[in-house]
Amino acid sequence: MRPAGKGPLESLYFDYPRFAARRVPELDGATARHPVLIVGAGPIGMTAALVLARYGIRSVLIDRKETFNDGSRAICIARPSMHILERVGAVAPFVEKALGWRYGRSYYRGEQIFRLEMPQPPGEKYLPMYNLQQQYIEKFLHDAVAASDLIDMRWQSELSGLERQIDGVSARISSPEGDYFLDALYLLAADGARSPIRSMLGLRLKGDNYEGRYVIADIRMDHDFPTERRAFFEPSGNPGGTVLIHKQPDDIWRVDYQLREGESEAEALKEENIRARVSAILADIGHTEPWELEWWSVYSANTLCLDDYRHERVFFIGDAAHIVPIFGVRGLNNGLADAENIGWKLALVLHGEADDRLLDSYSPERRGATLDVFANATKSTRFMTPPTRGWRLAREAALSLSLKHEFPRGLANPRQMQPYTYSDSVLTPYAISDAAFAGGPVCGSVAPNARLIDGSHLLDYAGHGLTAILFCEAQPTAEQTTSLEHLGRIDKRFAAIVVGTQDSVSGAKAIADHDGEIARLFAAAPGTLYLLRPDLHIAGRWKTAVPSEILKTAEVCLGGETP
Amino acid sequence: MSAMPFEDFETAYETLATAIDTAGPAREALFLTRLALVLGHELGDIAVFRKAIKTALEGLDQGGAGCSS
Repeated sequence: MRPAGKGPLESLYFDYPRFAARRVPELDGATARHPVLIVGAGPIGMTAALVLARYGIRSVLIDRKETFNDGSRAICIARPSMHILERVGAVAPFVEKALGWRYGRSYYRGEQIFRLEMPQPPGEKYLPMYNLQQQYIEKFLHDAVAASDLIDMRWQSELSGLERQIDGVSARISSPEGDYFLDALYLLAADGARSPIRSMLGLRLKGDNYEGRYVIADIRMDHDFPTERRAFFEPSGNPGGTVLIHKQPDDIWRVDYQLREGESEAEALKEENIRARVSAILADIGHTEPWELEWWSVYSANTLCLDDYRHERVFFIGDAAHIVPIFGVRGLNNGLADAENIGWKLALVLHGEADDRLLDSYSPERRGATLDVFANATKSTRFMTPPTRGWRLAREAALSLSLKHEFPRGLANPRQMQPYTYSDSVLTPYAISDAAFAGGPVCGSVAPNARLIDGSHLLDYAGHGLTAILFCEAQPTAEQTTSLEHLGRIDKRFAAIVVGTQDSVSGAKAIADHDGEIARLFAAAPGTLYLLRPDLHIAGRWKTAVPSEILKTAEVCLGGETP
Repeated sequence: MSAMPFEDFETAYETLATAIDTAGPAREALFLTRLALVLGHELGDIAVFRKAIKTALEGLDQGGAGCSS
């Protein structure tokens, strides 16, 4: 909601563009079948279109609105998401505008009880977290979408009917220019939490709803505090309810506060009550200067998802597939991972470079990630909004003990989003080879990054297809060279990185590892090989390369049958 | 003092929260007192038990008040 007297899109900091409906070829009789139709031009739909475009795949992207989403939405972009944005060529404006951070503080009755410090390994290119209003996230992604010849963006275009066929979908699309049918081989449903496509297919989200309600308010104020996550338990400014405060660009601050049990939502959402509560909270953090109200809404936590994210040629991505609690910033970030996961798989299948069996791995991998999010988010949600007397008492006991004692303080850790590890995926057939390593990143996890002497990063040299990182002493052996050549024949996008050599290596990026830092990061010895997927998750790693298993893993990542 | 791994401590926290609900509001004080006696007995060390009692009593007025409902 916006304050009285403001127009629906009258923001303090963001100018909403208005996108016109276009006259499209289908209205003049064109019947060409498109490779991919994406419904919903939010951050997830746009990212999916950009991932496909990275591989040269055309898509039609429709959205029923005439501008971006408004209101208080996602604000936290996690490091793995920055890598996704980098791979689709859109990261520069995010780095420029977003506020990076890695620290947080939790307070109990005004006293600090927990210091959150998210790890920042020296080789990483991005910070663990960046704050940026979803309006800017959508604008920057849309700038990239508009610059792509491969994405046919159609605003004010609503999916009004859907027919599924054996080899594709036929969509009825309504726009101010007229209604038409559009055929596509695949449909990506990125149409949000209330997904009309979900309803059209007769599907329902399943899971749990949580009791606690939070008011989410965005305000503008001149307030001097670093970009950190602040959580206040039992603050005097909001007795009986927790408060969260996040800084955003343009002097905009996100203030989330929990409503007391039994408190009337209708009363709490009245503008004068919002202003009074926010003022009390701000006074508590020492801000007594004027501030302006941008937007507010009410929120309660849910852990809901579809049983299957794939229905033949329809794939659900983002909120259309799963609703997760806000605590831990996983909604946007997991949606972006969905978009990348289905994007590279679908692109390789459409190019004929992978068998369509590869698409079967989308739902298990991404639904697995959702269930993992649920497990973590359930813990943070129970702490942020204790559901029963037992949980409230236990939290009160832990928080009050935290004032003087270290041992319970970790319970206040917000468990910020971590990328999921695909160790159980069919695309990770030799996870057992982890046993040979004394450390390093496990099979299925996201590859760590390393800063190189020239200022570039290890993962800058990963390709659009599979990437091998081979560790060697001086030069690859004849057998290792043969393995790399084999991989290049299986995957035409294959990229090879050879770490530990001064000399150039034919067909590979050679990287010197003077002090052995990269080898330590990967717990590697000469002869160790890591095979990365296009999304930079580790498909397999071998302390001493086993050519047959490496080639088999590469084949599986391109839709080959599992061993 | 014990150095319980954090994961175990967190499981203890969750198990306790659930058990308080199982006991119900009318019997929660009795349940928690019984629990303390059982833990003291299992601990087998009166000095450590006294220290635990002291730790739990300290700053008690700063907590609990928000939990009347």
